[in-house]
Amino acid sequence: MKKIVFALAALITFGIHAQSPEARGLKIAKAAEQADLGFKSSTVNLEMTLKNKNGQTSQRSLTTKTLELTEDGDKSLIVFNSPKDVKGTSTLTFTHKVGSDDQWLFLPSIKRVKRISSNNKSGPFVGSEFAYEDLSSQEVEKYKYKFIEEKGSLLTVEQDPVDPKSGYTRRLVTYNKDKGYRLEKIEFYDRKNALLKTLIYSNYKVYKNKFWRASRFVMTNHQSKKETILEFSDYNFDVNLTDEDFTQVALKRS
Amino acid sequence: MNAIKKARNATTVFTRSWANFVIKYKWPVLLATLILALGLGSQGSMEFDGDYHVFFSKSNPELEAFDALQEKYTKDDNVIIVLSPSNGNLFTKENLIAIEELTAEAWNTPYSSRVDALTNFQHTSADGDDLYVDDLSYESSLKTDAEILEIKEKALKEPLLVNRILNEAGSVTAINITVRLPGEDINEIPGEVTPFVRNMISDFKEKHPNFKVHTSGLIPMNTAFFESSMKDMALTMIMLIIVIITTFILTRNIWSTLATLVVVMFSIMSAIGFVGIMDIKMTPPSAVFPTMILTLAVADSIHILVTMLQKMRKDGLNKVEALKESMRLNFMPVFITSLTTVIGFLTMNFGDVPPFWDLGNITAFGMTMAFLYSTTALPALMAILPVKSKAKKETTVVRKNWYTGLGNYVVKQPVRLTIISVLVIGGLTYLATKNTFNDEFVNYFDETVQFRTDTDYIKDNLTGIYNIEYSVGSGESGGINNPEYLKHLNAFEDWLNGQPEVIHVNAFSEVARRVNRSMHGDDESFYRIPDSRDEAAQYLLLYELSLPFGLDLNNQINVDKSETRVTVTIENVSSAEMIAFSKKGEEWLRNNTPEAMHTMGVSPTLMFSKLGFRQADSMLKGNIIALILISLVLMLALKNFKLGLLSIIPNVTPVLVGFGIWALYKAQINTGMVIVFGMTLGIIVDDTVHFMSKFLRARRELGYDAKQAVVYAFETVGKALVTTTIVLLAGFAVLSTSSFALNSYMARITVIIILAALIIDFVLLPSLLILTSRKEAVVAKNTEKAQIAFDK
Repeated sequence: MKKIVFALAALITFGIHAQSPEARGLKIAKAAEQADLGFKSSTVNLEMTLKNKNGQTSQRSLTTKTLELTEDGDKSLIVFNSPKDVKGTSTLTFTHKVGSDDQWLFLPSIKRVKRISSNNKSGPFVGSEFAYEDLSSQEVEKYKYKFIEEKGSLLTVEQDPVDPKSGYTRRLVTYNKDKGYRLEKIEFYDRKNALLKTLIYSNYKVYKNKFWRASRFVMTNHQSKKETILEFSDYNFDVNLTDEDFTQVALKRS
Repeated sequence: MNAIKKARNATTVFTRSWANFVIKYKWPVLLATLILALGLGSQGSMEFDGDYHVFFSKSNPELEAFDALQEKYTKDDNVIIVLSPSNGNLFTKENLIAIEELTAEAWNTPYSSRVDALTNFQHTSADGDDLYVDDLSYESSLKTDAEILEIKEKALKEPLLVNRILNEAGSVTAINITVRLPGEDINEIPGEVTPFVRNMISDFKEKHPNFKVHTSGLIPMNTAFFESSMKDMALTMIMLIIVIITTFILTRNIWSTLATLVVVMFSIMSAIGFVGIMDIKMTPPSAVFPTMILTLAVADSIHILVTMLQKMRKDGLNKVEALKESMRLNFMPVFITSLTTVIGFLTMNFGDVPPFWDLGNITAFGMTMAFLYSTTALPALMAILPVKSKAKKETTVVRKNWYTGLGNYVVKQPVRLTIISVLVIGGLTYLATKNTFNDEFVNYFDETVQFRTDTDYIKDNLTGIYNIEYSVGSGESGGINNPEYLKHLNAFEDWLNGQPEVIHVNAFSEVARRVNRSMHGDDESFYRIPDSRDEAAQYLLLYELSLPFGLDLNNQINVDKSETRVTVTIENVSSAEMIAFSKKGEEWLRNNTPEAMHTMGVSPTLMFSKLGFRQADSMLKGNIIALILISLVLMLALKNFKLGLLSIIPNVTPVLVGFGIWALYKAQINTGMVIVFGMTLGIIVDDTVHFMSKFLRARRELGYDAKQAVVYAFETVGKALVTTTIVLLAGFAVLSTSSFALNSYMARITVIIILAALIIDFVLLPSLLILTSRKEAVVAKNTEKAQIAFDK
């Protein structure tokens, strides 16, 4: 009897070890994607606060619409509400699972839509500490994975970006497996593999009993000592947006 | 009379009992001083600080203004790596690949936040309503010849590249590594960034031998400061050898040489302890302190030892008696000369340049300790060591004749010599006013320093090293998008570009023009300021969206979007021209723009430019105080008010002569030279004191007339003055080999001043003593008869 227990224990241990860290990491990323699948579309208001090392701040307010796509990456439309002189300026982004994203910008002052072709994902998003690649939809294909550790319900996975133009060598992402694999923390390591930024998610709310959304993102840049805080409010998962709401025409309207 | 006599007796009694005590308890005294020196030395620490900020006091207004600007914008340090391919054309596949490779490697520099190069320049082009933002040359290995030609055309048209990252001929380019130091550890630059960059460059050179590589920027400058501090500190060893040789020649005794060595080593150990206790970080100016202390401290020992040996050799006293006698005779002179030197060095605290405060305070402390060790450890050691005497008279007799001859020559023609001296000094004083301040910090390093030669290369072949920054305000939050503001800014940019000394201007108005053009399908007629505020603001948002990793608007625009910074790169011009240029820019803004846009030009270059003037202003007060204090000490030491006043002439004129000769030599003075007045005053005053005291002794005790007294003074102290001058000259000559101009110029002019002081003390001073004594003869009654404290 004892022998069997030992053999079983050995088998289980072996079984866990048999799964390589790479495979386990990928599995977790897929589980997270799976958990968030099916929200279809959402809108949310966003207050962005930029803080420099001396504590001086500036604010921007935006509205974001997102359309979930399974074949390819999500589509998103961002409208600036303030400051006053950029009110109505909006961007439309089609994320792609492979290759560079498409982006259009509408400028109300000249009433024109401009298509921006750039594979500059590593650049900052409107002066914040968030890069485009931090904010665009997290497609599983964009990274290589490696499981690092498990602490209670928290799973940490190292993610190495596939795109050579990424500003990072790796990210350390912490998932909460008991809360729909929601993200708790991401640490970003720059090209020389030094800790660049930490993103902390907090004030989570669950929508439709399934979709965990944090109301507060705090991104701290350890090198520049700057900080960006995103405050989300009025999540709406019942807007039923369609492709029609994510076109250049829609961009002009918004 | 009685009071003076009492005082004299008191000092004699004090010095006697001091000498007796030290000799009686030679072992405990030696042990106590050893423990003191080791105890202080054990607290010592030597940390070097290469940050140029150390040259500016906290209250320096230029530093405050510059710091305020750095608070508003991103604060960065940088390394510029300049590449020149041997074929003279950057735009070949091979060369572009090499640049791309080095750029990629440069991203690994510790603390780097951004690397800007020709290849990763974000080039924007428009095709109708499509905007393309891309690296100028990405994956260069896949480019065709036609594409490379296109890249070349784009690059040479780009105002953000030409004269900054790329020269007009397309043959020299720069890779600029922006480094954001946490500033937590003094070792960040010398221990991490610099070694990495040097390794990277040597690897690159090995792989691509067809490239010449030069480096400059704030990080290499910091390293150069750091390394020249260490180099100057190494001069101590040379000085130590000179001290040993000089002491041996002057005393002709191995034990005396050993004892002197112990005294100077104890003094330096104590000074190092002081550095550690006060937590002083070494900088190039303060790193010369061991050589300074060596030079100055050795004189104390030599005076005591020479007298002692003389008493043994000539007067046949036994060792202990000779030692006691020497102590009695020398205690006060050594005390007074140490005191004046300490006062001289302490006046550096009046200046506005912290490294010189450190130099002054460390040396003053070291000299105080040198006095202590010379009067304790030195006699104790000499009492212990088996010193033997041999009579050697011939040489001294010969010397004496020479000095007597000089004395006789001088006393024959005091009027003539005075007139000649006054004419020469007057002429040189006039010339001294022709010196101009120049604190071009690149020129602080001589051509033996790679930072200097590399920087000169970059200046000659690519861009300027000196810059001025103006933070131009709009007066309202978000106001930088106001077309009125942008138009004025644009006019300022144009005006700056029209100035002959300007190499490159980086202004936000250029960004506004560029984005406007991109938004109109690259139509050149739209390369102008947008028409409305909303337009400008939305273009700025678009521009912000297109910035690459490591760059944000904060480099050029403050958080509130109410101010932008204009960076002007200018040719290497002198400090005065730099200040004038900055003023011209400020004036233009005052005359041509609304009040909110008026601002001050700031930059490290400008801070250094003004440093010499600021130091001179602040040192003026210190110098006057030094002069008054030292003259007072002299009056007390000589116990003669009139001679105290007279002593001002031989004490002040050497400095005038020094700067006059300097005007013929370089005519440019830097911050390091401002301190020499107070410093040399404390040193050269010794000559005057010794000479005058002998003169007075001859008058008062021996009843000589002025002329005889002068000859007596020549006979008795002529040799001593020459020998101490030689030691001082040797010390400062060693320092003058420094590769760092603040030190080498200071040392060179000090050499001139010390030499001038000796000549003046041998020519003008005796002449004046004779001339003034003629009048004095009438009121001879007043002459004090007391023996002065200074006498030997």
